[in-house]
Amino acid sequence: MSALLQTRDLCCVKDDRVLFEGMNLALKAGQILLVEGKNGSGKTSLLRILTGLSLPESGDVLWQGRPISEVGADYYEQVNYVGHHDGIKRDLTCLENLRLVQAMGKPLPIDLDDALEKVNLYRFGDNYVATLSAGQKRRLALARLVVTEAQLWIMDEPFTSLDKASMAMFQEMFEQHLEKGGVIVLTSHHDIEMPQSDVVRLNLSE
Amino acid sequence: MKRLSLSQAFWFLLRRDLLLAFRNRSEMANPLLFFVLVITLFPLAIGAEPNLLARIAPGIIWVAALLASMLSLDGIFRSDFDDGTLEQMLLSAHPVPVLVLAKVTAHWLVTGLPLLLVAPLLAMMLGLDEDAYGILLLTILLGTPVLSLIGSIGVALTVGLRKGGIILSLLVLPLYVPVLIFSSSAIDVAASGLPATAQISMMLAFLFLALSLSPVATAAALKMSMS
Repeated sequence: MSALLQTRDLCCVKDDRVLFEGMNLALKAGQILLVEGKNGSGKTSLLRILTGLSLPESGDVLWQGRPISEVGADYYEQVNYVGHHDGIKRDLTCLENLRLVQAMGKPLPIDLDDALEKVNLYRFGDNYVATLSAGQKRRLALARLVVTEAQLWIMDEPFTSLDKASMAMFQEMFEQHLEKGGVIVLTSHHDIEMPQSDVVRLNLSE
Repeated sequence: MKRLSLSQAFWFLLRRDLLLAFRNRSEMANPLLFFVLVITLFPLAIGAEPNLLARIAPGIIWVAALLASMLSLDGIFRSDFDDGTLEQMLLSAHPVPVLVLAKVTAHWLVTGLPLLLVAPLLAMMLGLDEDAYGILLLTILLGTPVLSLIGSIGVALTVGLRKGGIILSLLVLPLYVPVLIFSSSAIDVAASGLPATAQISMMLAFLFLALSLSPVATAAALKMSMS
C-alpha cells in the first residue's frame, strides 16, 4: 500500500538554526507517528509544516503523492489539527463552538450532544467556554476530532492538562481512528502505549 | 455529510462574529463613543461660530470617522489570533478570502454602521447645510467599508507582532487618505449646492476595488503572519 502522507527532503530553519534537514517520512493508512524530542527541537515546527501553516525551508510535504500546496482545499478537508492553542472561543458555549468547527470542516452526521458526551462534557453544552477548566477546554478542543471527518489527525501535545482517565479515553479514540485507516501525527511528553497500533517513532533530538 | 457551501460558511462566520460582538458590546461601543465625543468637543473648543463650524463640519466628521475606524481595527483578528481560531480558519477547506470577507463585514456592521446612524445628528449639531445630509450619509455608507477592508490588510500583517499598534497606523493611514479627501470634498461640494457625482463615483470605485482585492491580500498576509 502506498504512503498517504510523505515528506521529501524536508528542511526547517528557524532563526539561523537548522532544526532538521533531509527528513524523509512516509506514513501509511493506520500508522501513527510519534514525534519526540527536547524543548525547541522543532516538534511544533514540523507539525505546522505538515499542516501547511508554515512553509519548510526546502523540501515538500506530499499527500497521496502530490505536494499539499497543489492539493489545496482537498488536503485541508482531510486534516484535523489540534495545536497548542485550543482554537475555541471563550465567549461562545461548547455547542456553539462545535457548530463552528463543523461549519469550517467536513461535518460528521453526529448529534452534538452525543459528541460532547464522548469527550465527557455532557451537560456542559450551554456553558460558556470561559467557565470551563483547562482540562475541559482541552477536551472540547479535541472534540473536533469527533464532529468532523478527516483522515489525518495532527496534534500538538494533545494531552496537556488532561487527567489519566481522559488520556486513556483519547488513546482509545486514536486506536479506533487508526483501525479505520486514519493517520495520526502527534507530539507528546507523556508516555504513550498503543500496543495494538503501528507506531512510528521519530526523535528530533538525535 | 457534505461540508457547507461557500455562502453558508460566509453567513455562519458572519453570524458568529456578530454574536461575539454582541456578547462584548461594551468593547464594541468604543469606536462609536469616540466618534461622538471627538465631534462634540469641537464646538466647545472652537466657540460659538456657526459659520466656521458649518464650514469645517465635513472635515471634522470624516477625520473622526477615520480615527474611530482605526481604533477598532485591531479587534478584527486579535482575539482569533490569540485563541487559535484564526489558525483553524486558515486550515479550513473553505477559501480563506471568503472567510476574511465575512469577518470584515461583521466588523463593519458593528463599528461602521453605527457611525452612519449618529452622523446626521452630529451634522445637525455642527450646523452642516441641510442639502449635504444625503451626501454625508452616502460617503459614510461607501467610505467606512473601504476603511475596514483596507485596515484588515494592515491588521493581518501586524497581528503576529506583539506591539503592532504604531506600525499598523503607519501602514494604514496613507491608504486612508484618498477616502478622506474624496468624502470630505463630496460633502463640501454638496453643501455649496453643487452635484458631487464625481467624488461619489470615485468612492464607489474605491469600494469595489477594496472589496475585490483586499480579502485576497488579507488572506495572504494572514498566512504570512501565522508562519
